[in-house]
Amino acid sequence: PSQVIPGTDPSAAQLCFAWGPAEMLLCQTRFGRTGQAPGPISQVLSWFLCWGFAGSKEVPPERSPSIFVLRKDQDIYSQTLRKLFNESHGIFLGLQRCEEELAGKSRRAQLVQVSKNYRSVMRACMEDLHQAAISARDPALQSQYSTQVSILSAMELIWNLCEIMFVEAAAAGPLLLHLLDWVRLHVCDVDSMVREVLSSENPSKHELFWNVVDIFVLQGRLDEARHLLSKEASADPTSVNMYKVLDDLMKKMPVPSLSNTQTLTEMELKWQHWHEECQRYLQNGTFASNSHMESICKILLGDEDAILEKKELMTTWYHFLVTRLLYSCPTVKPMELRFYAQSSMDLFLGGESSPEPLDTILMAAFEFEMHRVIKECSIVLSNWWFVAHLTDLLDHCKLLQSHNLYFGSNMREFLLLEYASGLFSHHSLWQLGVDYFDHCPKYGRVYLELHIERIPLNTEQKALKVLRICEQRQMHEQVRSICKIMAMKALRNNRLGSALSWSIRAKDAAFATVISDRFLKDYCERGCFSDLDLIDNLGPSMLLSDRLTFLGKYREFHRLYGEKRFPEAAKLLLMLMKARIAPCSFWMTLLTDALPLLEQKEVIFSTEQTYELMQCLEDVTAGKSEKLKSQ
Amino acid sequence: DNADSSTLHAVTFLRTSEILTVNSIGQLKIWDLRQQRNEPSQIFSLTGDRVPLHCVDRHPNQQHIVATGGQDGMLSIWDIRQGTMPVSLLNAHEAEMWEVHFHPSNPDHLFTCSEDGSLWHWDTSTDVSEKPSFLHQGGRSTTYFSHNTINQSVISAWLSNDPTKDRMEITNLIPNQTLSVNSLDVLGPCLVYGTDAEAIYVNRQLFA
Repeated sequence: PSQVIPGTDPSAAQLCFAWGPAEMLLCQTRFGRTGQAPGPISQVLSWFLCWGFAGSKEVPPERSPSIFVLRKDQDIYSQTLRKLFNESHGIFLGLQRCEEELAGKSRRAQLVQVSKNYRSVMRACMEDLHQAAISARDPALQSQYSTQVSILSAMELIWNLCEIMFVEAAAAGPLLLHLLDWVRLHVCDVDSMVREVLSSENPSKHELFWNVVDIFVLQGRLDEARHLLSKEASADPTSVNMYKVLDDLMKKMPVPSLSNTQTLTEMELKWQHWHEECQRYLQNGTFASNSHMESICKILLGDEDAILEKKELMTTWYHFLVTRLLYSCPTVKPMELRFYAQSSMDLFLGGESSPEPLDTILMAAFEFEMHRVIKECSIVLSNWWFVAHLTDLLDHCKLLQSHNLYFGSNMREFLLLEYASGLFSHHSLWQLGVDYFDHCPKYGRVYLELHIERIPLNTEQKALKVLRICEQRQMHEQVRSICKIMAMKALRNNRLGSALSWSIRAKDAAFATVISDRFLKDYCERGCFSDLDLIDNLGPSMLLSDRLTFLGKYREFHRLYGEKRFPEAAKLLLMLMKARIAPCSFWMTLLTDALPLLEQKEVIFSTEQTYELMQCLEDVTAGKSEKLKSQ
Repeated sequence: DNADSSTLHAVTFLRTSEILTVNSIGQLKIWDLRQQRNEPSQIFSLTGDRVPLHCVDRHPNQQHIVATGGQDGMLSIWDIRQGTMPVSLLNAHEAEMWEVHFHPSNPDHLFTCSEDGSLWHWDTSTDVSEKPSFLHQGGRSTTYFSHNTINQSVISAWLSNDPTKDRMEITNLIPNQTLSVNSLDVLGPCLVYGTDAEAIYVNRQLFA
């Protein structure tokens, strides 16, 4: 879909553009349309799929038109999603730093915990967005929040399934239990229906009563189903027998256990017996008089048609899949899931509708095709957050080792680099990006070097943080360049002391010379020094550059003169002239400074010193006459 | 205007008519508001490298004790009645120390936070149980006596040159540190601090 930029008129003038790291600048030129067919520029515009119009910088209209900034990733500017990025950053770092020494089960438990942490952060975010959606007044905003909630909940759904299939890697038996939990947590909102029925005066006469019982059965919540059915039994004495039988069947149903109290074969055997018993009761016509109970019995027997009748209650094909498995093959093995999944989807959709992206992704997960999951998610989602973190987690589970991309880095690194690069365009989230780059062994450092120099440094504190990051990673080039930028800024604002401290931090002798020249120039113009507190207290940093040393010593000379310590002042002055560290333009000034000392009543300069003074004067005049000659 | 040629990083009141500032060339300056000059009345600094100072706070009860934190993470304690050098330099954090605060009602306790992501609690309160001989003697006079001793050691605790002699406990209050802690404040039993991870933490049971 193409994006219309408000304020531009492509038919009146051509647009020009320039790429940035995460955004594009667009501007209307003075060139009118040349009368040709829409050129390549408008084609370029229509390529942008998720570009959002972020804002325009207004430039005075009489000079030139506005500049538009097109930003690709709008999500990082969302208030609530920021929390997601920050929290997941913490979890990411914890995962990278936690010990690899643990092996086997404890390592797996650790990774599952990390996965659960990510999910709880996602859910917290969903909750916040939900609240925001409810309280929003603007309908556009409300719909935006609601969309984000549904996207996030789809992401959490996918992540949860990946956790069960890949991270937990549940075996046959527990696999079904995890899948049941998954379905109960994510699919269809039962609670409101339940509340409505239970809070009514006569629950069993409520129109939704059987719906609730059915959904309990479909989700394997047999205890709750039995509890509801007991109300029906007490209300209708004629069905007491039927109820007792059904209740008994539900109570006795064997389920896989999480602990090792029974083996799979044991469980299968028990289940077979139970299944046969249900079959007998159904064929005996025990439930013939009550269609509701009869359909429940059929569901218990795993009758696909009976389950499919409750399509509206289940709402999705994966719910159908799990119910099917529960009642026909509770000891399903992970590898067998794909067949059941495919057939469930076909049966459920029944050729009426085609699978949506979410369905494809879930199907890929059931088929254990991790790479396809990641690929599909990358295409569908507008932000790299999800795939980057999921891939990183899967990589830690040692599940992605075999796949190397042909341009050098592996998939995990590629996704992390993309995600982190996106963060750098944000004024505050860039700090998270640094840590992500740190954990990309191959290209992370290079990316960091390039990005960190381009962070806008609007405050000194930000510059200090950036510098600290560079120094910790021995990025000396970047330190120098950033210090130079800050020193220039300070210099332009006449904050010479700040400029000097930036140069000292970068150990930039050349710039220190520039600053000292500024000081000396100011002195020449004004006849006195500015910023005495700085120059008086230079300390050992004076030695950074010759010019700086000269400045410090010259100031000392003035101080000595002011304190009337003439012999010392004279010695210092002479030393300064002999050492030749003064700039040429300053020599006359120095000699002029010597005049009052010469004119003093007491003799200050010794004979030797006077000769040296004269030598300097000759050098200066010789230099000057040479200059005149060459002109 | 134009008070300092280098960046002023922090300012605080010393007395009602005097203020303290620290700047980016490592100087601690006192300004007297009663005088009309444009210059500080006193300048303190370390000789040696001019390490920028980022934060300053004065002792709530004893106004001659001042603490500053620097770019190298060093905590300096100054006695501004004497000398131009700090009384003690304590190697603390690994990166810039952003803020330092004396606890307003329990000034034995000092808190510092830093770019390296840690928040340190400096505790110089002497452990009363270590001096049982004073406590076990009954009578009101004993209590008075021990109170005096404790008071004396408090006065010297911050100004002592060797912090290892007087027991000073330093604890990092953040279990798993990631990004910088930029700011903190403390009042009563509550500590609040903000980090670069865009989060604010409140600890309501500081001395529990």
